Amino acid sequence: MSPVLEVTGLRTHFFTRGGVVKSVDGVSLSLNAGEVLGLVGESGSGKSVTGFSILGLVDPPGRIVEGSIRLAGRELVGLEEGELQSVRGRDLAMIFQDPMMTLNPVLKVGTQMIETVLAHEKVSEKSARARCIDALSMMGIPAPHERLDAYPHQFSGGMRQRVAIAIALLHNPQVVIADEPTTALDVTIQSQILAKVQELCRERGTALIWITHDLTVIAGLADRIAVMYAGRIVEEGGVDAVLDRPRHPYTQGLIGSVPSRGRKGEKLAQISGSAPSLANLPVGCAFAPRCDKAINRCRVEAPVLPNAAAGSRAACHLAVPTAGQAA
Amino acid sequence: MSSKAAPVPAAAPAAQEETPFRRFVAQFAEDRIAVAGLLVFTLIVLAALLAPWITPQNPYSLAKLDLMDSRLPPGSKAGDGFTMMLGSDGFGRDIFSAIFYGLRISLAVGAISCLIAATVGMTVGLIAAYAGGRVENLIMRLVDLQLSLPAILLALILVSMFGKGVDKIIIALVLVQWAYYARTVRGSALVERGKDYVEAARCLGLSHARIVFRHILPNCLAPIIVVATVQTAHSISLEATLSFLGVGLAQTEPSLGVLISNGFQYMLSGKYWISFFPGLALLVTIVSINLVGDRLRDVLNPRLEK
Repeated sequence: MSPVLEVTGLRTHFFTRGGVVKSVDGVSLSLNAGEVLGLVGESGSGKSVTGFSILGLVDPPGRIVEGSIRLAGRELVGLEEGELQSVRGRDLAMIFQDPMMTLNPVLKVGTQMIETVLAHEKVSEKSARARCIDALSMMGIPAPHERLDAYPHQFSGGMRQRVAIAIALLHNPQVVIADEPTTALDVTIQSQILAKVQELCRERGTALIWITHDLTVIAGLADRIAVMYAGRIVEEGGVDAVLDRPRHPYTQGLIGSVPSRGRKGEKLAQISGSAPSLANLPVGCAFAPRCDKAINRCRVEAPVLPNAAAGSRAACHLAVPTAGQAA
Repeated sequence: MSSKAAPVPAAAPAAQEETPFRRFVAQFAEDRIAVAGLLVFTLIVLAALLAPWITPQNPYSLAKLDLMDSRLPPGSKAGDGFTMMLGSDGFGRDIFSAIFYGLRISLAVGAISCLIAATVGMTVGLIAAYAGGRVENLIMRLVDLQLSLPAILLALILVSMFGKGVDKIIIALVLVQWAYYARTVRGSALVERGKDYVEAARCLGLSHARIVFRHILPNCLAPIIVVATVQTAHSISLEATLSFLGVGLAQTEPSLGVLISNGFQYMLSGKYWISFFPGLALLVTIVSINLVGDRLRDVLNPRLEK
């Protein structure tokens, strides 16, 4: 099966006065229909910029310097704005972190939904409205025909995020990019929404990129995980393989910093130091200064992500010897 | 998870729903002085609209004017038999009637120039904020240039170039005032532009025009309304000033400024009423608009919220 989304060697750099910030520096991803990929990393690791790059929404001073993004075989990098506009919202959709902010406060929910339908399809306003009602009830919003005439402030946070997701799924996109969409919600709502999204994507064969820093969310949701650090993917593989047997020291550190019941009273593991400045990356492995296992080679030579198709792979000099076993 | 499990605390009870508009009205009404200002302004607008039916004399109709009636003090009887409550001017015009008719012109000039200037300034300001880069720089430098010149000086130059007439005055006022709107709108549009809902709208593949005018513009309306009220008052007084200086409107259809200027030559001979009453009308009009504008600014400014 050919992947629905294939990103190869994506580099998105921001050309600021302080220098070139390499937010995304050689990211390759591939995603099959119906697959859920968890994109994990600290703040500033380039997860969100990767998402926006795929949508072609990188604002100056940033731009995609290199790489290719293929959606169902069609190259998106270098497309004209008008063509990108017709792809966005129809084939590619995005769900944002803060549902308080992503709906326009002065427009009725129905207005915002209907205009999304009409932006990509020539249908009557009446049938667009019917579609929106379906979409809302599918997301579990009660009395959807009444709620269409409500303003965003009349919805609770969880309901607003449901609306935002309903809007994103209106055109049955091939790929949905979700940028930490449940971080701002409380846990019960979060799990309801997660389950709903998972169910919908599975039913429709929508591929999902779930950007998050929350490993517990990913564990239950994703099929595969890609861990990003300093603009690169440092480890990638099936959820179980990566979470149970992390091979990159950074992934190990991330997993170690999740508190769990079994280790009550124990001191939480933490990754010392902070993420490096993306404008001024070290020569070798970007993680080397914070890595307690770093050897001399790490400081001179940047490790590359091996091209193993199956199993998990890690961009680490120390992980190479075990690459064969983990598959 | 069943869809019914979702909690529904969303809507407020429908009976006493607090719409943003109602909250706005309630907040506005808290200030008695502003309400009084609004009331006075409403009366002035009504007086201007109804002028032909409530005034004793039509000051535009030369046939009705009698030079025998000129410069009569307040309370005198006109040749036609009606009482000139506020006296008459040098052409025998009843000041009371002339004020009402003058208000019509002054308010119309103020409102129309304001509307056009707001539309132009809004569009330009939105484009500057949304486009950014060179377009924004070019537009905003133009605005700076415009604002660095004193409004009255620029208006004088423009009117003396264009000549007299209501349409020319309006063009001059628009050219003087669009920049205020452009600057205000750009400021708030820049803030709105950075918000997630704009990014979300872009992600949905909406066109730029739609994002700018449907999504950003309604969110910038509050400051526009405030600037518009203040600028309406400003353009009324600017028109009066130009007319007073003799480059504004024609003598035959006097605005308040023309009336004031007509009386000016008689000031020293004690015939104060020719200038005084139109001046008072102008003052009351502008003060009432400004009172409303001040209150609007307080209510609509999120930073001053209690």
